[in-house]
Amino acid sequence: MILHELLSYEFLRVVWWLLLGVLLIGFAVTDGFDMGVGALIPFVGKTDVERRVAINTVGPVWEGNQVWFILGGGAIFAAWPPLYAVSFSGFYLAMFVVLAAFIVRPVAFKYRSKRDDASWRNAWDWALFASGAVPALLFGVAVGNVIQGVPFHFTDDLHSIYEGAWYTKFIGLLDPFSLLAGVVSLTMLLMHGAVWLTVKAEGTVQARARAIGSVAALAAVFAYAAAGLWLAYGIEGFRIVGEYATNGPSNPLHFEVERTASWLTAYQDRPWIAVAPALGLGCGLLTFLGLRAGREVSTLIFSKLSILGVIASVGLTMFPFIMPSSSDPKSSLTVWNSSSSHLTLFIMLVCTVIFMPIILAYTTWVYKVLWGKVTENDVTEHSHSVY
Amino acid sequence: MDIGIVELSRLQFALTAMYHFLFVPLTLGLSIIVAIMETVYVMTNRPIWRQMTKFWGTLFGINFVLGVATGITMEFQFGMNWSYYSHYVGDIFGAPLAIEGLMAFFLEATFVGLFFFGWDKLSKVQHLVVAWLVAIGSNLSALWILIANGWMQNPVGAQFNPMTMRMEMTDFYEVLFNEVAQAKFVHTVSAGYVTAAVFVIGVSAWYLLKDRHHALARRSITVAAAFGLASAFSVVLLGDESGYSATHSQKMKLAAIEAMWETEPAPAPFTAFGFPDQQARETHFAVHIPYAMGLIGTRSLTTEIPGIKELVEQAENRIRSGLVAYDALMTVRQQRDATPPEIMKTFEDHSHDLGFAFLLKKYVDDPRTATEAQIKMAANDTVPHVWPLFWAFRIMVALGFGFIATMAYFFYRASFRGMRYPRWALTVAVFMIPAPWIAAEMGWFVAEFGRQPWTVDGVLPTALSASALSVTELLITILGFVAFYTVLFIIEMGLMLKYIRKGPYMDVAETDDWIKARQEALNPSGLRPAPTAIPAE
Repeated sequence: MILHELLSYEFLRVVWWLLLGVLLIGFAVTDGFDMGVGALIPFVGKTDVERRVAINTVGPVWEGNQVWFILGGGAIFAAWPPLYAVSFSGFYLAMFVVLAAFIVRPVAFKYRSKRDDASWRNAWDWALFASGAVPALLFGVAVGNVIQGVPFHFTDDLHSIYEGAWYTKFIGLLDPFSLLAGVVSLTMLLMHGAVWLTVKAEGTVQARARAIGSVAALAAVFAYAAAGLWLAYGIEGFRIVGEYATNGPSNPLHFEVERTASWLTAYQDRPWIAVAPALGLGCGLLTFLGLRAGREVSTLIFSKLSILGVIASVGLTMFPFIMPSSSDPKSSLTVWNSSSSHLTLFIMLVCTVIFMPIILAYTTWVYKVLWGKVTENDVTEHSHSVY
Repeated sequence: MDIGIVELSRLQFALTAMYHFLFVPLTLGLSIIVAIMETVYVMTNRPIWRQMTKFWGTLFGINFVLGVATGITMEFQFGMNWSYYSHYVGDIFGAPLAIEGLMAFFLEATFVGLFFFGWDKLSKVQHLVVAWLVAIGSNLSALWILIANGWMQNPVGAQFNPMTMRMEMTDFYEVLFNEVAQAKFVHTVSAGYVTAAVFVIGVSAWYLLKDRHHALARRSITVAAAFGLASAFSVVLLGDESGYSATHSQKMKLAAIEAMWETEPAPAPFTAFGFPDQQARETHFAVHIPYAMGLIGTRSLTTEIPGIKELVEQAENRIRSGLVAYDALMTVRQQRDATPPEIMKTFEDHSHDLGFAFLLKKYVDDPRTATEAQIKMAANDTVPHVWPLFWAFRIMVALGFGFIATMAYFFYRASFRGMRYPRWALTVAVFMIPAPWIAAEMGWFVAEFGRQPWTVDGVLPTALSASALSVTELLITILGFVAFYTVLFIIEMGLMLKYIRKGPYMDVAETDDWIKARQEALNPSGLRPAPTAIPAE
């Protein structure tokens, strides 16, 4: 097959780096509000009917949204196999906790209202809370660790070894900077979930969501700004040194990497990337104001843009690094040395170009069909068919 | 690599994969049966068919959610527990997984919500389309995961790249149209259809035995029996096709399933029964059916099928060839582009046997230092445990023929005996409900356990594939999964039984009116009793 040579290996790698960002952002802005709503259920709903209203605002769509998470796993496997291999085995127990949350959540949605029993339903509500809040926090913690570099190295055979005993591997993830990053992602998704609730619900549920959401939005903005300052003055960065090929074989050990004083040099080299943090902060503030002003759909758009800005800022600051190694910098994974082969990247791009528009089209159609408020009446009248 | 880690990783994968596959077959089949029922509803406009769609749809939903939830584990577990595998073959294996997400998961997951929530929001035809999209999405996901799995059984269209120390794709078309994958796909989805048919017939039979929901139960049996009969034939025929393709791609697995120690003169006999003895390399009390194996495996009377002993000798030769490749690889790895061309050539000539040299890593760090005895041991390791495969395969096949018989019987009664079923047949149908799950798990056991000691046949040994984890981490997650999955299983079974006991509960008044009106229309004078599903005996 010669066809794939039409697009250079370097170009395909950058495209797949962008698509990695698209997937993460797609996941955060769709499944993100499901997680946020889940975490808010015990607080926005005091009665069973109120809680069912909150659940049913995401009831018909969470399943499709969750596919962003699964597709994220599959796409990283296909396009960035070393990243898939190193990160998920390295963050082993944290991943197990995330998986547990993602397994409980569908079950909780589906089974909660299938029994008319207060303690049964209450237990599932707390399951929804935990399965929304815990991964929302852990995703940020993981990003915080990646920014600081992760302690792993490759053997000559490219076996990846993660340093430390099992408990340091897990507890070690929870350093102060990573916890702050976790607070950013948690508050951001709480904000997003609350905004979704203001769009889809009315009455008391909406009012409570508005109150909690504006606190969360403000907290997210402050936490993000604080993390940015910390990153600028307290976190070392990485850079590739010496000659290297951007279209060479995907072998991290072929590269030389050293530590730098700060990641912030990226903003000197590529000043335009400041757009991303500006978007994150600005739209976060606009979300706060939108919530206070009682605006619904426009606030949802600001919330989405804010998430986009925050996630994009991490990627753009670190480029071309994807997962640097703190203990053995030359094992670091970068865009230029940890992708799939030229042919695989090309085939996967063709598939994405064909299917992504189709997915977006039918997802839009489904959201359109389901558009409109979920009322207490909807829940009581269709008690059998809704959650 | 610590063997304890590998064994625990295998245990966890087996547990989570087999648990996942408790839900998948019913999803595959029931999605289609529900879509068929809704099609009848849209065509005839009879409320009973909408009630059937909703009733079986509810059970589908309870099952579907656990299929989705436990599938998440599968998507990430390769990276978590099999990181060297993920690095080594991700370039090929990752692609079908990602395409599965793009093409299938989004489709089924986006529309399944609309299936349950869209009854009042969509027109009849729109809702029908949604039902079919869910069914198509579920079945497409099986296609892609089996293309991935088929590649592990028969790794075509790929080559080892010494610069990246991994397998890389050379021909996507070959990966896609891998004969093993295609046969496996049809075999697996057919098994899912049979599972759903047995389930629908079993639950309906229970209603008839309890004298409940006749209108729903007898129509359901008719649909399921017709669908199940076709599927039961398909599952056996495509199972046979898998056996045929294994004859040239996975000779060792085939020989182990058949406990064929020696190469028999063609056409080889089929061992219907016996007690395989791994140590002595013979099968005690074997009952042979002459010619059958040769005919099934080669579809000819003259082609020989190699026995286990001969295959071990071949493995030993490939290990020696693999050692040449490994030696050359060490030079290539160091000198990269500066490697002398003759060493590069040596590597390329032997690289297809590289995986066999890796079998020695279980015994020595550097395979080149292996002793003669270790080479012999590694060659012996290529023989999987014979007796579990031998028996699992025979149980699966026996059940497969049992399904054909059951489906044929119910199809006959439904078509030519006025949908009357004797009590004994209904009782058998109820007790048969677990059988397709047993057959499906046996089938996966044969496919995966039979591939040992490899994760990717002839390419990467299982012992090398696992992540560098600690025993503690693995014990935590294994115990975690077991506890967690057990609780979910109890909850799921509880809800399933609750909703089966409850019976159809949606659109009840409208459907009952229709049934009454229809019975009066069929039987205006009251002289001739209307056909009912009351057991005939």
